[in-house]
Amino acid sequence: MADEHNMRRVTAIRNGTVIDHIPSGQSLKVLELLNIARDTSVPVSLVMNVPSKKMGSKDIVKVEDRELTQTELDRLALVAPDSSIAIIRAYTVAEKLEVNLGKEVRNVVQCTFSNCITQNLREPLPHRLRVTSTDPLTLRCHYCQRPQDLDELIHNLL
Amino acid sequence: MKGLITMDDLTNEDILSILDDAARLLPVARGKTYLPLLEGKILGNLFFEPSTRTRMSFETAMKRLGGDVVNLGDVKTSSVVKGETLFDTIQMVDGYTDIIAMRHPRQGAARYAQDAARVPILNGGDGAGHHPTQTMLDLFTILQSHGTLEGLTVVLAGDLRYGRTVHSLSHALVRFGCKLILSSPELLRMPTEIIADLREHGADVIETEDLLGNINDADVVYMTRIQKERFADEDEYTKVAGAYKLHDRDVANVKAEMIIMHPLPRVDEIHPSVDSTRHARYFEQAFNGVVARMALLCRLLNIEVPAEIHGGEA
Repeated sequence: MADEHNMRRVTAIRNGTVIDHIPSGQSLKVLELLNIARDTSVPVSLVMNVPSKKMGSKDIVKVEDRELTQTELDRLALVAPDSSIAIIRAYTVAEKLEVNLGKEVRNVVQCTFSNCITQNLREPLPHRLRVTSTDPLTLRCHYCQRPQDLDELIHNLL
Repeated sequence: MKGLITMDDLTNEDILSILDDAARLLPVARGKTYLPLLEGKILGNLFFEPSTRTRMSFETAMKRLGGDVVNLGDVKTSSVVKGETLFDTIQMVDGYTDIIAMRHPRQGAARYAQDAARVPILNGGDGAGHHPTQTMLDLFTILQSHGTLEGLTVVLAGDLRYGRTVHSLSHALVRFGCKLILSSPELLRMPTEIIADLREHGADVIETEDLLGNINDADVVYMTRIQKERFADEDEYTKVAGAYKLHDRDVANVKAEMIIMHPLPRVDEIHPSVDSTRHARYFEQAFNGVVARMALLCRLLNIEVPAEIHGGEA
C-alpha cells in the first residue's frame, strides 16, 4: 500500500522510465549520473524520502518520453545498485530492467586518484574501473589500481 | 605474458624460471663471454623522469646481448614538452622498437602504455605504483644469498608509502610465503590497500615503527631512502629519519647469513661502515639489475636462453 501511495504522489506517466528504490537522498545524483539534470526538454518527476517497506525510506524518479538504455541504467549501479527500473508504454509497465555493473565500468567516471595517468583528459584510451566487489561495491582503476572512494567518484562523472 | 607492468603479470613459476635464466647469463653480464641473443632487436628507453641505475642497466643488458637501444632523451627537449599525449608517444616508439622500458611520474602510466602498444612494455617505475624489474633483481639477489625465496623473514624499512620498489617486492615475497616486517615512520606507512592485498594473500605482516628491534631475527633487511620533501620541516625529517639508519654496530647480533639490501641511491640510511660487513649486498644488487633485465628482455622477446652458456665462471 505504502509503495502504491508513493507512486501516486506524482502523476502516472504515459511513456517513459520509472526508477524506484533509489536510496533516500540519492535521486539528485541519479539525475546527474544519467545526464538528465542538464536536459531541459525532458519532464522529470522526483519523489524524495518517502516510506518504503524494503528500504525504510527511498527516492523515486520518473522520466517522461524517454526510455533509458541498458548502458545508461548500468551507470545507476554506482549510486543505486538495488534500484528497480520500469519502462512505461501507454501507462503500463512494458519492461522491467535491472542495473548491472558487470566486471568493469568503462568511460562513465574518471579515476579519483590525482596522480593517475587518466587525469590527463587528452589521453584517448577509455577510463576503466574494475569492479572488485559488488556488496559492498568496490572499484579499482584499471591503470593505477587505486581503490575508488564512491562519494568522491560521483563528482568525476564523464 | 605480453609485458611486465606489475608482479601479477608473472606466476611464481615464471619468476623462478626467469631467475634461473638470469643465473646462466651471469658470465655474459660480466662481459666474460659474448652471446648476441638479441642481435637485430631494438629497445626503446622511455624515461619520463630521472633514472640512473634502471636506465643504464637496461641499456647495458640490451648491449651485452647484442641488441641496440634508442633513448627518449631529455623530456625537456622531447615532444612531450609540446604536449604530446603518452598514447601518441607510445604509438611512435612502438613503430621504432621491439620492446619498451618505461618510467613515468604518473601512476598507471605503464599499464596505459601497454594497452596502447603492440610491443611489450617493461615497467621501470610508475609514480608511487610499481617497479617489477627492480623486484626481479631483488629476488635474484635474495635467491643468490639464501638459495630460496620461500619462508624468509624480511624487514622492509624506511619510506614504504611512496617507495614503489617495496610495493612490488612485498607482493612478490608474500607469494613465496615470506613473513614481512614493515618498519616505517607513521607518516610513511605502507598504503592500506597494499596491506589489504598482502593479507588477502594470507601474508604474515607486522607493521612497526621500530627497526633495530626487528633485525636480529631477519633473513633480509631491505632499506629505502626517506626523502626530506615528504616532511613539513627539516627538524621533523631529521628526528624521524634518524631511526631508520644502520651502522655496523647495529648488526653485531644479527643472523650470520642475514643480508642488507637497498635499491640505491642511499643518502645516509646505511653508514659506510656497513659496506665491509658480510651482510652488505647493495652493490651486488645493483649489478644484478643487468642480469635480471637481460633475462626479462629475452623472456618478453620470446628468445630462449641456452641451457648451457660457456665462456666464463658464473
